[in-house]
Amino acid sequence: MGTMFAKIWDRHVVTRRGGDVLLYIDRQLVHEVTSPQAFEGLRLAGRPVRRPGAILAVPDHNVPTTPDRAERIDDRESREQIEALRKNALGAGVTLIDITDPRQGIVHIIGPEAGLVLPGITIVCGDSHTGTLGAFGAIAFGIGTSEVEHVLAAQSLWQKMPRQMRVTVTGALRPLVTPKDVILSVIARIGASGGTGYAIEFAGETVRRMSMEGRMTMCNMTIEAGARFGLISPDEITFAYLKGRPLAPPPGMWEAAVADWKTLPSDPDAKWDREVALDASALEPHVTWGTSPQDALPVGGAVPDPAAQADPGEKDRMRRALEYMGLVPGTRLTDIPVDKVFIGSCTNARIEDLRAAAAVAKGRKVAPGVTALVVPGSGLVKKQAEEEGLDRVFLDAGFQWRLPGCSMCLGMNPDKLKAGERCASTSNRNFEGRQGPGGRTHLMSPPMAAAAAVTGRIADVREVAR
Amino acid sequence: MREKFTFLDTAGVPLDRRNVDTDAIIPARYLKTIKRTGLEEGLFFAWRYDADGRERPDFPLNRPSYRGGRVLVAGENFGCGSSREHAVWALMDFGFRAVIAPSFSDIFHNNCLKNGMLPVTLPAADVQSLIDALLAAPGCRVEVDLPGQTVKGPKGDVHRFSIDPFAKTCLLEGLDEIALTMKSAPEIDRYERERKAATPWLFRDIPG
Repeated sequence: MGTMFAKIWDRHVVTRRGGDVLLYIDRQLVHEVTSPQAFEGLRLAGRPVRRPGAILAVPDHNVPTTPDRAERIDDRESREQIEALRKNALGAGVTLIDITDPRQGIVHIIGPEAGLVLPGITIVCGDSHTGTLGAFGAIAFGIGTSEVEHVLAAQSLWQKMPRQMRVTVTGALRPLVTPKDVILSVIARIGASGGTGYAIEFAGETVRRMSMEGRMTMCNMTIEAGARFGLISPDEITFAYLKGRPLAPPPGMWEAAVADWKTLPSDPDAKWDREVALDASALEPHVTWGTSPQDALPVGGAVPDPAAQADPGEKDRMRRALEYMGLVPGTRLTDIPVDKVFIGSCTNARIEDLRAAAAVAKGRKVAPGVTALVVPGSGLVKKQAEEEGLDRVFLDAGFQWRLPGCSMCLGMNPDKLKAGERCASTSNRNFEGRQGPGGRTHLMSPPMAAAAAVTGRIADVREVAR
Repeated sequence: MREKFTFLDTAGVPLDRRNVDTDAIIPARYLKTIKRTGLEEGLFFAWRYDADGRERPDFPLNRPSYRGGRVLVAGENFGCGSSREHAVWALMDFGFRAVIAPSFSDIFHNNCLKNGMLPVTLPAADVQSLIDALLAAPGCRVEVDLPGQTVKGPKGDVHRFSIDPFAKTCLLEGLDEIALTMKSAPEIDRYERERKAATPWLFRDIPG
């Protein structure tokens, strides 16, 4: 009997070639950065897009998050890239959710909102954070531009079955401890390449109690442990999220779909190549100190000392990371001041994230000298947040309330760190220069980022919110 | 059609770092291009140049003895992070045709093979000895023999590597993978018909 991944995989095998299978891809999401060369390749080869109706296009990486963005995008290259996406979508008959569309947002956030991501499907995007969508019990993975072109042309991809890992999380999360803290601690435990070659299924009572938003945060960062795929078996929480969404199975098909989805979860006797167990009942909020997502520690900790590391390669990596981050071993994490705070990204810009951050921001003020941005993940998240009054909470506290997009996650649009600036960020990568050349990133949860904003330093949100 | 890959005899370029991520290989601001070429300027930008745009003399790619080298030898988990194929395009624009490392990220590894770039996985100790040799004698040569699946280091040390047979054929012949897949179009058609019958809810077009 098999894992959920293997069951979905087997259903999508078109044909085989040696150890590879031609895997049918049910849906593809495209954004402006990794698709222009793919459409160009099709044009040069004279190939059509095989199934335009299976594709959704949205600009997100380059879009400014300021109100005048529909009228003007100052950066010529950004403008051209967004324009190329429009032309390519129009030319191929692919649906485009453009900048002015009320649904526009980060590709991994708008897909689920549309009901595009369903249990049991295969879905790809030219973006490593596509694993986010595995939260619905789907095979969802990031691909390069050549593979984007391949899927556009053939609605399928040659793939090798990955090894299977199960991460079982048990125990009730303490107040103000979030799925972000769980996934950061998983990455710290298995390392930035611990998941390479694997699909990781997250299981256990802690995951079962998580909302779809929380599950998406978990799967989103699976790639930071090296695994292209993260997935969680579908259940009543999944079905309730999906019901009534535009592309969810309509009445008349819904019952059959749910019956099918209930057959997907991994069998009790499924074989796992690796198992990891995590007791989350004592888990503390986590923060990163270095330049790899694996550099996460409980917020009560201190910057580690490379001298205590025996492995010379790791010692060298840590030394380099501390130099880049401008940190000294032994410094308490809560003594590190921040210049900027970014609440957003495909990791943590859904409604639940904004609620959690707003609960900390409410009645408090952003610390003097700190610039704090809240960037909803989509137009629909923004609308809902505004209906709930979260925008007022943030604005009253001195946060900026922006339009949806990837924003300060990756340094491709005007929201960037300057060299030397230090940021408390709810995004997914703390690589050198990720948020702008010379910028320094500390990854954390939305409530932790809000706590950093109001204290002006990395802070234990449990003390701030007390 | 991709460039064919058979044999390299070239200066080896050591990059003694682990977890080299694709943001380091090519920063995001260079991804705004709609072309596959012209990316060599951005390759390892923050490591190659200082804040004033001057070359950092110590960085291996800037040292005269390594210039023109076509094999990069690096630490584990090379190419982790983003799926950006621009990382491979930038390495190739600069002149690299092969990367040797103890491990690669899955997406980067795939992206290499799609572009005629050879990712060679060798045991960590072998890679470290290659790096040490290249650091000790800058400019010394490394041979990569794809048909024979071997790497020959500067001291005559020979390391065998494994590679998926189909990937090997594609590299050797510079094959266009999409053209090959199109031969399976009848199977894709048949699969699609069956899938549509079984899960009709997946075949409603995405509303605009």
